Amino acid sequence: MSLTRAQAQHIAELAKLKLTDEELTRLTAQLAAILDYAARLQELDTRAIPPTASVLPLKNVLREDVVTPSMPRADVLANAPDKDARAEFFRVRAILKE
Amino acid sequence: MELASLTIHRAREFLQKGEITSTDLTRAVLNRIDAVEPRVNAYITLVADRALDHARAADAQWEKHRREKTNAPALLGIPMAIKDVICTRGVTTTAGSKILNNFVPPYDATVMEKLNAAGAILIGKTNQDEFAMGSSTENSRFFSTHNPWDLARVPGGSSGGSAAAVAADETFFALGTDTGGSVRQPASLCGVVGMRPSYGRVSRYGVIAFASSLDQVGPLTKDVRDAATILQIIAGYDAREATSVNRAVPDYVGAIHESRIKNLRVGVPKQYFIAGIEKGVEDAVRAAIRVLENLGATTIEIDLPHTDYALPTYYLIAPAEASANLARYDGVKYGYRAESSDVWEMLRATRGEGFGVEVKRRIMLGTYALSAGYYDAYYLQAQKVRTLIKQDFDRAFENVDVIVSPTSPTTAFKIGARIDDPLQMYLADLFTLAQPLAGIPAISVPCGFADGLPIGFQIMGRAFDEENILRVAYAYEQATEWHKKKPVISIQ
Repeated sequence: MSLTRAQAQHIAELAKLKLTDEELTRLTAQLAAILDYAARLQELDTRAIPPTASVLPLKNVLREDVVTPSMPRADVLANAPDKDARAEFFRVRAILKE
Repeated sequence: MELASLTIHRAREFLQKGEITSTDLTRAVLNRIDAVEPRVNAYITLVADRALDHARAADAQWEKHRREKTNAPALLGIPMAIKDVICTRGVTTTAGSKILNNFVPPYDATVMEKLNAAGAILIGKTNQDEFAMGSSTENSRFFSTHNPWDLARVPGGSSGGSAAAVAADETFFALGTDTGGSVRQPASLCGVVGMRPSYGRVSRYGVIAFASSLDQVGPLTKDVRDAATILQIIAGYDAREATSVNRAVPDYVGAIHESRIKNLRVGVPKQYFIAGIEKGVEDAVRAAIRVLENLGATTIEIDLPHTDYALPTYYLIAPAEASANLARYDGVKYGYRAESSDVWEMLRATRGEGFGVEVKRRIMLGTYALSAGYYDAYYLQAQKVRTLIKQDFDRAFENVDVIVSPTSPTTAFKIGARIDDPLQMYLADLFTLAQPLAGIPAISVPCGFADGLPIGFQIMGRAFDEENILRVAYAYEQATEWHKKKPVISIQ
């Protein structure tokens, strides 16, 4: 099976990646080749095989709910591309319109 | 004596006797970096002044330990290099990406806390493929690293900066991360020792995530004893990392000295000696197997029938997990932001400009494999084949104690040779993908040269049986001289 340019564009939107036309063209071809290669997995009959998500037999890993100090807010915000003047929160453009 | 070329254990002997200081070691490494780094380009960030401050503090501690005849921490005063995907408090950590090019972590990864507590001294952060995605370090958003054995060639990847730094004596040891061979393959191509521990053995807390069911942290060192020393320090349970396993850490350094190679059963998988493997590589690895036989090991040909499927399995599972892990780079909390009046456009442009081409390729591949309509055919099928690959190893280890193979089908390739052909690049990992899928540990040790380029010998073990592979690797190393060979770097 092959990947179309429209499908690649849809995937880029799902992944929130802005691609140039040239990038989209190249990635469409490369992804199609990789997916064709990956199609060989269909050769195997896996109807009776359970999937492995992790090699460890872990279920839910629980711990006591203990209150501990959090990282100082200034440290958390130190890497922010934009923050408010008092350095109390991250700042982005408005998401909701009036 | 060339101080920068010492192993950790030799350097420690001199420190213990007071014949050299940590300041001497640190200056020796920094001088070596001054001389060769313009050609090798192993480091993204250097912290020379801070390292010298720490070295002076370590020297004061050493004096006290010698005076009071107390045992100094295992790495007191030893310089180290850390892959730039591992968070170092207060020291820029980029993961090789433009999207994190100004990120200064507010905390240390658990492995850093442990190495700092053991007294090691950070020299700098090493170059890598962006987000550890690659096999040549050419996917770094900053520059390519050059193989110290031939500067026109890649060091392997993704931990190429770490491997090159160790090979060029620009550090005493380094940490890398291994998701599909990113410690072992560059170790092989640069002629150093590189180890991937079992999944769950080392905490990934503070390690920037790529593929969470596969990522592990491992040492790159000048010999096997040093690898055991570093593993000893970084291994162990961490309550902050839900997949780290609460299991006692054995005495790895002690284990290597019990050289019980006699009657050890060594599996040789026929699927790892195939057409496409370079003749020089096959010859060197066959010779390495004969060394183990001469030491009294029994070799048994084994069958790992699903080996061929490891590559497509890996290149669906790892990108799928990456596409989820990398969703966090949104231009809001840290890192690069592309400005736009619209918040969604900001997000798209930030990711479009912030990520390099290989990262975008894998995010796209992973998003596709997880998307409605394709999930069962790609992602779920890959997880089922992963089970078959793991079962291959489970069955094989019923009859053998370790399994050996080449680490990489080739020696180091030319910079630029594969960068435009992703599938060709992925083949560089052919022999290092199945072990992460199965969760088992493996080590690469130098086993010879072809046309002046190093070759790696891979030794795999059962999950949580690092002792056995270290023991075999050490016995092999003691019987050979390959690990003592050093590259000659022409300095203009």
